[in-house]
Amino acid sequence: MQTNPVIKLAEIHKVYHTGEVDVHAVRGISLDIFPGEFVAIMGSSGSGKSTLMNMIGALDRPSGGNYLLDGIDVSTLDRDALADVRNEKIGFVFQGFNLLSRTTALENVEMPMLYNRHRIQSHEQQERAMHALDLVGLSQRADHPNQLSGGQQQRVAIARALVNKPSLLLADEPTGNLDSQTSIEIMGVFQKLNDQGITIVMVTHELDVARFTKRMVILRDGRIVTDEVVQNRSIAENELQRLRQEQQAVKLAS
Amino acid sequence: MRSLLTMLGIIIGVGAVIGSVSLTSGATKQVEDQVSSLGESVITVFSGNFTSGGMRGGWGSAPTLTLEDTKAIQGLPYVVAISPEVRDREQVLANGLNWNTQVMGESPDYPQIRNWDMASGSMFSDQDVRSLAKSAVIGKTVADELFPNENPVGETIRIRNLPFQIVGLLAAKGFNLFGQDQDDIVIVPYSSHMHRITSRTFVNSIQVQAANDKVINLVQQEITDVLLARHKSKEQDFTVRSQLELMQTVTATSRAMGFLLAGVAAVSLVVGGIGIMNIMLVSVTERTREIGIRMAVGARAADILVQFLIEAVTLSAIGGCIGIAGGVGFSTIVAYLKDMPTVTPVAWIIIAFVSSAIIGIISGFYPAWKASKLDPIDALHYE
Repeated sequence: MQTNPVIKLAEIHKVYHTGEVDVHAVRGISLDIFPGEFVAIMGSSGSGKSTLMNMIGALDRPSGGNYLLDGIDVSTLDRDALADVRNEKIGFVFQGFNLLSRTTALENVEMPMLYNRHRIQSHEQQERAMHALDLVGLSQRADHPNQLSGGQQQRVAIARALVNKPSLLLADEPTGNLDSQTSIEIMGVFQKLNDQGITIVMVTHELDVARFTKRMVILRDGRIVTDEVVQNRSIAENELQRLRQEQQAVKLAS
Repeated sequence: MRSLLTMLGIIIGVGAVIGSVSLTSGATKQVEDQVSSLGESVITVFSGNFTSGGMRGGWGSAPTLTLEDTKAIQGLPYVVAISPEVRDREQVLANGLNWNTQVMGESPDYPQIRNWDMASGSMFSDQDVRSLAKSAVIGKTVADELFPNENPVGETIRIRNLPFQIVGLLAAKGFNLFGQDQDDIVIVPYSSHMHRITSRTFVNSIQVQAANDKVINLVQQEITDVLLARHKSKEQDFTVRSQLELMQTVTATSRAMGFLLAGVAAVSLVVGGIGIMNIMLVSVTERTREIGIRMAVGARAADILVQFLIEAVTLSAIGGCIGIAGGVGFSTIVAYLKDMPTVTPVAWIIIAFVSSAIIGIISGFYPAWKASKLDPIDALHYE
C-alpha cells in the first residue's frame, strides 16, 4: 500500500536576487518523504541545504517548482497562510534552541498553541505542554530555560515543536551546539519519537549525526547527488553505552 | 527600570494634566461657591448714576428705582422672589454696647434669594412689612458684637433710638468675593427702613430671583424693557446685572490659566509618547530573534503587531495610572499646604487615562508594524 508523501518536492528552484549577481541556491530538486521517515539532509555550506530547509519549513517560497506539504500546495500561499501552515503542520528545532529566556520552559512549550487558529482552553494547553515535555523526558523541569543545560534546552525546544501535533518535525543542526554525549542523547530522543511514527527531517553537516537517521540525502551546488538508505544505522542506546565504556577505559588507563 | 524610565514621560504628562486641572477647577469651584452664596439665578437692578454739575455718583446713587418698579417686576413671568433693597449705615445699640453696621431694608423673600438659612428664629413676615413693624433679623457678626455669649432672638436693639425686636439670627455666611463680611448686617422690613429709619421714596436696588439659570437672560431683558417703559427715558437710568455674568467674569481668568497649564501638560504627553516610540523601536530590534521564533511557530504578522501594540499600550496606560495617582497626590498636598480647595473631576481622570492609552497605540504602532513586517528567516538568524 502506497501512502501519500508528507513532503512532495517537484523541480524546486530558488534564486536570490541580491546585488548584481543572481544566486541560484537550489537548482531543481525533486524529493518525496513519506510518513514515518527519518531523513538527514546533508551537504557542505553553500550546498543549498539551508535554503531547501527554509522552503520545506514554509518560511520561504520557491522561485519555481511545486511543493506539496501534507497535500497542501505551499508554493502559492501568502504570508498569513504560510504562518498557519507552520503552526499546524511543522515543528521546528533549531541549532541555537531559540527558547524565550524570559518565560518558563512550560510557557515556551505552550507558545505555539497561542497562535492556533482554533482557540485552545488554557488548561488543555497546559496538559498538552506537559504531555510534550513528558515525551522528551523533561516532565519534572518547568523552570526558566537559562537554568537548564544545553541538552535540556534542546529537549524543551523539541517539546515545543511537538505540541501542535505536526505532520513533520524539522530540525536544523539540532546537535550543533551540544557536546558529543548530549548529541547522542538528543538523537536518542529523535529516534524514540520516530519509532512512535513521527516524520523527521534533519539538516546536518555531520556524518556521525546523520548515521542515526534512516535515509541520507546529500546536496551539492543546489542539486541532490546522493539519496540512499543509511547502512549500519547508529542506535543511540548502543552508542551511549559504547561512549561510557570508552570513558571508563580512559579512567582506568590514567 | 527601563520600563519606568519609558513611562516617565507619560507619568509626568498625565500627572501635570491632572494636577493642574485639579487645582484650577478647585479654584473655579471656590469662586463658584462664593458667587452662588450670593444667591442662585439672582438678578440685581441698580439705580442709575447720580449726576450733578458734572459730578457723577456711583451705582445706586440716583433716586431712579421705586417700589412701583418693584411691583412691576414682580408681575413678570419667571420671577419667583423679589426684594427691594434700601441700604444705610447706622450705629446700632443694645445691651449697653454699640456697633456701626449696614442696616438693610428688605422683603421677607430676601433669605430665599440669597440662599441664606436662619440660625435661629425666623424671618419677619409680609404682615410686618405692611405694618411697618419694628422687627429685625441680624447677622452673626452683629450678634457677636452686641450679644456676646447670648441668644439675641427676642432681644431688642436700638436704631436711631427706635427699639427693634430681633426675630431671627442668620446663619454665618463668611466673606464674599470682594472681602466684605456678609454677616455684619441688620435686616429690617424695607417699609420700616424707608419710613422709620430713613425717609426715602426710592430704593437703592432690587434683588430678583429668576426661576432658573436658563431663563435668566430672558428675565433680565424683560426687566430692562419694563423699566425703560416705566421711566419713559431714552437713556437707561439703571443697570441690570446677573450673578451669571459675575461668575463668568470671575471664573474666566482661572479657566484661561487652566487651559494654559493643560496645554503645557499636553506637550509633555506628546514628548512622553515619543519616548515610548523610541524604546519600542529599540525593543523590536533587541527582540528580533524572539519575533523570528514566534513567526516560525506560526504567529501571523497581525499577531506580532498586536503583541507589540499591547506592550506599548500597557506601558503608557500604567504610566497614565501612575500619573493620575501622582497628580491627585500632588494636588492633595498643595491643597493641604496652601489651604486651597482642589477638585479632581472624574471626567478628566477618564480623559487622561484614555489619552495615555491612545498615545500608546499611536507611538507603539510604527515599531509594532515594523516588527510584523520582519522576514522570519532574517529574524531567526539575527544576532
